[in-house]
Amino acid sequence: MDDLLREFSREQKDLTQILHKVQAEYGYIPAQAIRRVAEHLNTTENEVYGVLTFYKAYRLQPRGKHLVTVCQGTSCHIRGGAGVFDEMKKELGVEPGETTPDRMFSLETVNCLGCCAIGPTVVVNGTYYSHVSVEDVHSIIAEYRKRK
Amino acid sequence: MKQLTHPSQLAVWKARILEERPVPKKTVVVSNGTCGQASGSLGIIEALGRELDRRDLRETVGLEITGCHGFCELEPNIVIYPEGIYYGRLKPEDIPMVIEKSILKNKVIDALAYKDPKTGRRYPLQKDIPFYRKQMRLLMEDNLRIDPNRIEDYILAEGYQALSRALFDMTAEEVIREIDSAGLRGRGGAGFPTGKKWQFCRNEIADRRYIICNADEGNPGTYMDRSILGANPHSVIEGMIIGAYAIGAAEGYIYVRMEAPQAVRQITIARDQARKHGLLGKSILGSEFHFDIQIVEGAGAFICGEETSLMASIEGRRAVSRQRPPFPAQSGLWGQPTNINNVETWANVPLIIKRGAEWYSQIGTPKSKGTKIFSLVGKIRHGGQVEVPMGTKLREIIYDIGGGIKDGKKFKAVQTGGPSGGCLPAQLLDLAIDYDNLVQAGSTMGSGGMIVMDETTCMVDLARHYMHFTQEESCGKCVPCRVGTRQMHDILVRITRGEGEEADLARLEELGESITAASLCGLGQSAPNPVLSTIRHFREEYFEHIKHRKCAARVCRQLIALPGQGARPAQRKAKKRQHD
Repeated sequence: MDDLLREFSREQKDLTQILHKVQAEYGYIPAQAIRRVAEHLNTTENEVYGVLTFYKAYRLQPRGKHLVTVCQGTSCHIRGGAGVFDEMKKELGVEPGETTPDRMFSLETVNCLGCCAIGPTVVVNGTYYSHVSVEDVHSIIAEYRKRK
Repeated sequence: MKQLTHPSQLAVWKARILEERPVPKKTVVVSNGTCGQASGSLGIIEALGRELDRRDLRETVGLEITGCHGFCELEPNIVIYPEGIYYGRLKPEDIPMVIEKSILKNKVIDALAYKDPKTGRRYPLQKDIPFYRKQMRLLMEDNLRIDPNRIEDYILAEGYQALSRALFDMTAEEVIREIDSAGLRGRGGAGFPTGKKWQFCRNEIADRRYIICNADEGNPGTYMDRSILGANPHSVIEGMIIGAYAIGAAEGYIYVRMEAPQAVRQITIARDQARKHGLLGKSILGSEFHFDIQIVEGAGAFICGEETSLMASIEGRRAVSRQRPPFPAQSGLWGQPTNINNVETWANVPLIIKRGAEWYSQIGTPKSKGTKIFSLVGKIRHGGQVEVPMGTKLREIIYDIGGGIKDGKKFKAVQTGGPSGGCLPAQLLDLAIDYDNLVQAGSTMGSGGMIVMDETTCMVDLARHYMHFTQEESCGKCVPCRVGTRQMHDILVRITRGEGEEADLARLEELGESITAASLCGLGQSAPNPVLSTIRHFREEYFEHIKHRKCAARVCRQLIALPGQGARPAQRKAKKRQHD
């Protein structure tokens, strides 16, 4: 944490960027990190917590091994994205924001990934899948189940 | 070339790049934007590299990796120069044949050339394909020539010459006058005249002024900004430096959406290169002007596209919007005068300075000048980024450029302006698109989203989708937006479940008008638009859902009749309404 904080100033303007860095390091924002960040910026834990819960990007719980993101943008929606999303919830057995009990998969939604002409789009750990249909959902996930 | 300390060094640098760069007999350009990568462009690049190595062609064939060219539907695609041969939807297996025939033997492979789905005609050359031919690509054409990792490519495309002109041949006032008389209006959606906005900010007396590039492009179905940043990032940086000079700002911020990682990466690389070469920092090009840019990555809140929220976010706070006035030009970032423009607006600036306001103002309509990039997506045959002069008709964009509706279906509506905009029906296909016409028709330009819908799209479900979105993204500060959008959403959910009542339409309209009138910021003020415009143009469809419990588009699942049964509305549960 000390090394991480050293890169940043002690002004509040760096708060969101510090949180990005913390999350990149730990996969989520641990409670101790909130305290350390507050100390570093000379502000309250309350303030840090308030800011981080405002934004969708930050997680307070560790996520699963694989992060599955389903696009909910309008273009994906009218091209069958709603069905893909329902199928993904069924396939993983979790709701968005949740992680499977075996900690293999976390499911998240995004409002647009900006590749709307090739939707519906699903992203797994940064790999984009385009033109995804309900039938594709199982095979996409199976690929990652195999990897363990 | 290291630091540039004199404007004349730009030309020297350009000459040196030309001299040092090998001139291959052929160059293969691979479109490697986000859509390209999602469709397999990395596999194509790998196959090309392998094949060029195997045949020992690295010396004679150049490989140029660029950002998005715009024709997303046919990704991954390549263009072979000097001929300009275009191949789309490639597979790595096609590459050996491409090298054998088109590179070594100068032949076009008919089977890979673009085929017009309507006429069956093949178009081997990129420039002849109707999708490209009917556009006016002032901002996007260079995307085919620029590797966003190399500032040298931008220099070869006359880059930073507008900056040199502004800094050394023009006063700040002259720059503002040029932008003003060009008629450039903000591309973020509101369409405010850019020159006027700059002048307001310059007029404020202050020690410190800021400029911001709003790259928090959050409208679903809209992605031209992240494409510009990913494909030609220096055009935005150059525009910002010119703007900072005109306004008198020493610090600029680019606020980029985290959901566009490629844009974040490319703009950061470009900014670092510009710093290294003396185009950002102290004494730019040896002048007395100092200016630098910070890049701030967003954190997934749509509200940050709204300017007062965006500034709160840069300051590291919760991104809640605030009342205007004071406008950012009076009191913006840390209370100082601040000028905010959208990515596409900034990218237009070098163009105007380079080619002049007179030339620029001839493009477009009397009140809306220049070109506009639209993200043409949805049920369209050829989706992608489309750049056309203002005043182009919807029909030309959708049919002539986009190739019409996918899968032989019928056009139903086009949604413009994202969650702040509205749906336009078939009767309005001949509407000439500019800021004012779209508002008159009940929609907005927004930042340029254009989502095409066919008969399988349910307009009530679409309105529900948008309301769900704005309701989730409302920052929660003001009641009309926080509670009002929730109420509208709940009514729409009921209607899509077959539990609608006849009075619901009047309720939606009344709520919509109140939210529009009473909300604090643009998000709330425009949130009811998708609902109000669909009620205005597709009232019958709402009636059908409410009275006949039918969804002709067969989207609303509870309203789809099983064979031999009428549609059965779900039982309405008596439940106490929860209050916010």
